[in-house]
Amino acid sequence: MSKAKALGGRIFTPTFTICLIITGFFLYFAAKRFIFGIGSIANLNDGFPWGIWIAYDVVVGSAFACGGYVMALMVYVLNKGEFHPLVRPALLASMFGYTLAGVSVFLDIGRYLNAYNLYLPWQMNFHSVMFEVAMCIGTYIFVLWLEFSPAFVEKWKLKNFGTILNKIVFALIALGVLLPTMHQSSLGTMMLMAGFKLDPLWHTSSLPLLFLLTALFMGFAMVIFEGTISSRVYDLGDETSMFSRISRIMTWILGFYLVIRFQNIFMRGEMGHAFSGSFMGNMFLLENLLLVIGLVILSSAANRSNPRALFIAAVAILLGGSLFRFNTYIIGFDPGTGWKYFPSVGEQVITYGLIAMEIAAYTLFVKIFPVFEVHKPVESNQ
Amino acid sequence: MKIKRRDFLKGAAGSLALLSLDVDSSQARTVQALPPDAVGILYDSTLCVGCNACMPACKQANNMQPDFTGDQEVWDNPQDLSSDTLNIIKKYSSGTGEKKDSEVDGYAFIKRQCLHCIDPSCVTACPVSALTKDESTGIVTYNKDACIGCRYCQVACPYNIPKFEWDSPYPEIVKCQLCSHLVEKGGISACCSVCPTGASLFGKVSDLIVETRRRLQMKSGRIYDFPVSSLDSGKFHQYKAAKYVHHVYGKEELGGTQVMYMSAVNYEKFGLPAFPKESFVSMASGIQYAIYKGMVYPLVVLAGLIFMVKKNKKEDEGTHIEKTTDAEGGQS
Repeated sequence: MSKAKALGGRIFTPTFTICLIITGFFLYFAAKRFIFGIGSIANLNDGFPWGIWIAYDVVVGSAFACGGYVMALMVYVLNKGEFHPLVRPALLASMFGYTLAGVSVFLDIGRYLNAYNLYLPWQMNFHSVMFEVAMCIGTYIFVLWLEFSPAFVEKWKLKNFGTILNKIVFALIALGVLLPTMHQSSLGTMMLMAGFKLDPLWHTSSLPLLFLLTALFMGFAMVIFEGTISSRVYDLGDETSMFSRISRIMTWILGFYLVIRFQNIFMRGEMGHAFSGSFMGNMFLLENLLLVIGLVILSSAANRSNPRALFIAAVAILLGGSLFRFNTYIIGFDPGTGWKYFPSVGEQVITYGLIAMEIAAYTLFVKIFPVFEVHKPVESNQ
Repeated sequence: MKIKRRDFLKGAAGSLALLSLDVDSSQARTVQALPPDAVGILYDSTLCVGCNACMPACKQANNMQPDFTGDQEVWDNPQDLSSDTLNIIKKYSSGTGEKKDSEVDGYAFIKRQCLHCIDPSCVTACPVSALTKDESTGIVTYNKDACIGCRYCQVACPYNIPKFEWDSPYPEIVKCQLCSHLVEKGGISACCSVCPTGASLFGKVSDLIVETRRRLQMKSGRIYDFPVSSLDSGKFHQYKAAKYVHHVYGKEELGGTQVMYMSAVNYEKFGLPAFPKESFVSMASGIQYAIYKGMVYPLVVLAGLIFMVKKNKKEDEGTHIEKTTDAEGGQS
């Protein structure tokens, strides 16, 4: 039913090969971690028990992977059918983003063989934010693969599976909207428990709302970012009109977020701290400066229909949103008693490896499965 | 149909507003109370002579490995709590460091270990109930068979107590469990049974609180009897009462703890932060509770979403199907 087509073409492009090489390094460090322990490759310590594997791969990575969430929300809940061509590519990116966040968690947790305890009713702790996040993300990975599976159905002509899928697909889409809403806000609730260890610029009871809003605008920004790159790389034709409509929605969310963010800081009397010139204050300002730059660019209608301006704004927003999440999980976190943390080479290679795998899998899938709709009616008719 | 959608959006906006509220956590979640038979330790810094006898006793009772520092591999010499050390005596020193229990030119000892909070963050944080608080003794214990090693307990603990075996391929969380295996058999914590001066004193928390009141009323410089090992051991140590700080650390901090401290030196000097009475955990789980109300809200939202997706997806495909009716008909 979808108009999407597999792109075909050469699989072993230079990009794909480089990604595979990085994945090779990843495998070396992952093996070392499983044989000699997390301490053998990571700078994590008892003061900073969470590093970039959580802060980047899960907390930032899952926000980058919110494209599928926001596009499903737009198309199926808010009934903006005109964005339909963007849904499947966004879902594909989300699917790998979340799946690899899951892989990262598996490397990060120490006692991975006990992970099944999350599913034993008598072990579940419903008071734990971590429990909710783990269940939601675990389920959402599964839901994303099913949401994307119409592409498998079309490719392999799985008629029976397709019929079943058609009957439950709306429930899957609904779950695909509910679950990210829940766990993206809970990623904020999670750090409330850090109490005094988290700088007051980030420790606020509004964290759940701030995390949900960043997930929304980062999801949209990622759709523009990825869409711009894919339409160039795969010669898909011009999608700017769709992106400019998306970016208009983004300005509202971003504006709302910034108002809440600053109002919250002001109400709690932390404005002085924010502008004190301290390291924490400057990180707060930098994080919001990037978002303001994005907002200013997108607030002009001319910029919204200019692919280059759109791309720059998307990058600024992605960086600003990521910095907010990094600040909340690592930079604004200080357990006291002199603990320090900076990610080791091994930790970084694991993260780069996950990103490389994501890119490799994405480029592979768009060539094999029907993901993109090509919008070049004039050229294709010729 | 349009109206219904607007209603739904209104509801969604309402729940967003709820997210941003400062939730009054006292309503949302009952703050944990001290279990009736709660046991704990009263550590009196003014009685501690820094002999460190409690440290090897702890290692022996819990089968812990020695923690070497520097080149020597002869004796246990930990610098801080670690995955090999559940209990440590640390020293505060200032200036010439000559006068005991004096902030100026003096020194004082502090015992660091798990404080066994009345409302423990680690227990609330743990997704798989690997950390639990005993209903009668109130001891916070760890179950390695449940633990998934996510380390949220380390992030959550305001006292930085749980430690992780970073160099083990299949690591455990390590923390003081108040020698629960000895308490079970009617015994007391190893650190208290070897303490020669009664600086580490085991007992029922309610009785220990009575003892703190007695000590706060003592006239400094006069000789008093101080119970040794446990409140009911019958053994006493006679000693000059110090000039106590009029605050028992742990009695109210973050909802209170079962291990409490008394000292003649301000607690900040030992690196023990001044905490509010309400625990951070009640704030976090209060918000979580208000948003989800026992999963009722999410289910209602899910039902609304299913309804809307079903409707919109049909409309969306309606236009498609018109064009491809023949093909569709052929399939079915």
